[in-house]
Amino acid sequence: MIDAHENAAKRGRQAYNFAYLDEQSKRMIRRCILKAMAVPGLQVPFGSREMPLAYGWGTGGIQVTASVIGPNDTLKVIDQGADDATNAVSIRRFFKRVAGIETTEKTDAATIIQTRHRVPETPLRAGQVIVYQVPSPEPLRSLEPRESETRKMHAYAEYGLMSVQLYEDIARFGHIATAHSYPVMTHGRYLMSPSPIPKFDNPKIANSPAIQLYGAGREKRIYAVPPYTRVQNLDFEDHPFRVQKWRHCCSLCGASDSYLDEIVVNDSGQRMFVCSDTDYCATRRDQGHVGPEGEGRAPFGSLPNSKTE
Amino acid sequence: MAYVAVKGGEQAILNSHRLIAEDRRGDPEVPELTVSQIAEQLGLAVDRVMCEGSVYDRELAALALKQAQGDAVEAIFLLRAFRTTLPRFAVSNAIETDRMAIQRRISATFKDVPGGQVLGSTYEYTHRLLDFDLLDNADAEVTRAELAATPLDANCPRAFDSISDEGLIEAEVPAPGKASVFDLTREPLALPAGRDQRLQNLARGDEGFVVGLAYSALRGYGAAHPYVGETRVGDVAIEVVPEELGFPVSIGDITVTECQMLDLFAGSDDEPARFTRGYGLSFGKSERKAMGMAIVDRSLRSREYGEDVKYPAQDEEFVLSHTDNLEAAGFVSHLTLPHYVDFQGDLQFIRQLREEQVGSPSTKEAAE
Repeated sequence: MIDAHENAAKRGRQAYNFAYLDEQSKRMIRRCILKAMAVPGLQVPFGSREMPLAYGWGTGGIQVTASVIGPNDTLKVIDQGADDATNAVSIRRFFKRVAGIETTEKTDAATIIQTRHRVPETPLRAGQVIVYQVPSPEPLRSLEPRESETRKMHAYAEYGLMSVQLYEDIARFGHIATAHSYPVMTHGRYLMSPSPIPKFDNPKIANSPAIQLYGAGREKRIYAVPPYTRVQNLDFEDHPFRVQKWRHCCSLCGASDSYLDEIVVNDSGQRMFVCSDTDYCATRRDQGHVGPEGEGRAPFGSLPNSKTE
Repeated sequence: MAYVAVKGGEQAILNSHRLIAEDRRGDPEVPELTVSQIAEQLGLAVDRVMCEGSVYDRELAALALKQAQGDAVEAIFLLRAFRTTLPRFAVSNAIETDRMAIQRRISATFKDVPGGQVLGSTYEYTHRLLDFDLLDNADAEVTRAELAATPLDANCPRAFDSISDEGLIEAEVPAPGKASVFDLTREPLALPAGRDQRLQNLARGDEGFVVGLAYSALRGYGAAHPYVGETRVGDVAIEVVPEELGFPVSIGDITVTECQMLDLFAGSDDEPARFTRGYGLSFGKSERKAMGMAIVDRSLRSREYGEDVKYPAQDEEFVLSHTDNLEAAGFVSHLTLPHYVDFQGDLQFIRQLREEQVGSPSTKEAAE
């Protein structure tokens, strides 16, 4: 009995392989990534592994990152644009622990950016890889719950149903009623879900110099947008694609070109608006930009602070 | 020994009981678990048994778990059977969760909310790596979390009560004209079910089934992708109003998990677009259950909102008839009972059908 315990204890304390996954698994995932890069927007099935993180919390993104990361990479992880959100902190700690790599909060300084729900405001450059955590890779899922059917629809490029849905929105509301996960055509062939990023970010995925990889662990799919790839938002000539606009600028840095989070300030329902991209906001404030409430401390702990060092 | 020996079954039963006792105890060299160890160290299992067993008593739930060798459904069975024997002496006032002593409170809708986000104790950010240190039964290092500089507000408002003023989020109002709440433990399910029946049904429902249904609704067999408006865990006081006193008296605190889900409702001819709510509440720390319950609750409100009922999670009769794990497990396990008589009937029937069917395989075989 005691022997068995000691053996198990020894086994558990052995070092993990670089970036957690074993080499065969990483190779399998890299092959899927290559196929995904070769056929932009195609959902490539992959043998998703159990990760020490709950499904739906970024297991797909983590597996993709683990497969492409090297000892010289610098990793940035954001959740809803924020570097300091709990999930981002947790994933960053994970890779620090199992890969011993450098991490950063600066979009510029990162070679790999793993993201949940946002594309950074700072334009990406050639050589960078952005890994999206994808909960629902199938853009047709809301129209057809059966995987066997949606795969046929992709094979025949039969996407009329999606146009009908968008049309029905217009007939009913006067405009398309999709605010995030807005469907796109990738390289003129595959309908793709850009994961639940707000449609505000969709223009950033078109013709990007960076490699964009999408990993869905629970649904076991990987897909990709290679650099400088045509990505069109579905729309109609008389109802063109438009992104969200705010009547406010960022309360802290004054940016009027960034995605803003709404924050309830008190019980009477008073709000303020701040950049969801914490690095963008902090960098702007370091450069001297000040918003209407930028002086003094933010009222809440979770708001981005301007870096002090 | 074999149960098929119809006569002599009594001996088989007695022997079976001895075997259970032996299995339950395991190796006599290993010290026996105490009920308080289970109550203290297997707290989440105890919480689940209390919730689905609908008895808030840590000691009894721990005892049930010990007796059931840790099988949650068996333990729930033991507790529910015991519950039957208890007299009902009062109906408490509705608990006031906005006056909860908060251990955890998360809102996924607004980046920060009055009262703050409280992570509390959660496995969510632990990285699921086996902790091999737990193999050693050495005295655990006494670990205490650091206390915050300021205590939490005793009256922490619901996360989005403050923004209801815009009417963007459906207000929570009691159903009109209903003074008393339906009691599913005393009355049979009546369809169409009111929300009171539904929520009681889901609260007692099997965690796995409820979460599975919620998952189906999120994954495409349903229209839901809700937001956690707020989920909170903490202690609330239970108050009853004794007839002879006429004012509320606190009879103790219980720990509950409450979840409010917000789901986008695009509006109808009569109603404007807004966020609608789903609600979940469970005993103890059972966030998975409370969240699953809130998603299924919202799915079952489809009819109320004039949404198409297309998927299992939206089908009230389907869901409410199948949530109870004692009913489900009992009916599945009854199949181990002898079915000699009905099987004989079916066997005769199949033979007769095949004899009547000209050219059926059996007659062909017979001919050859």
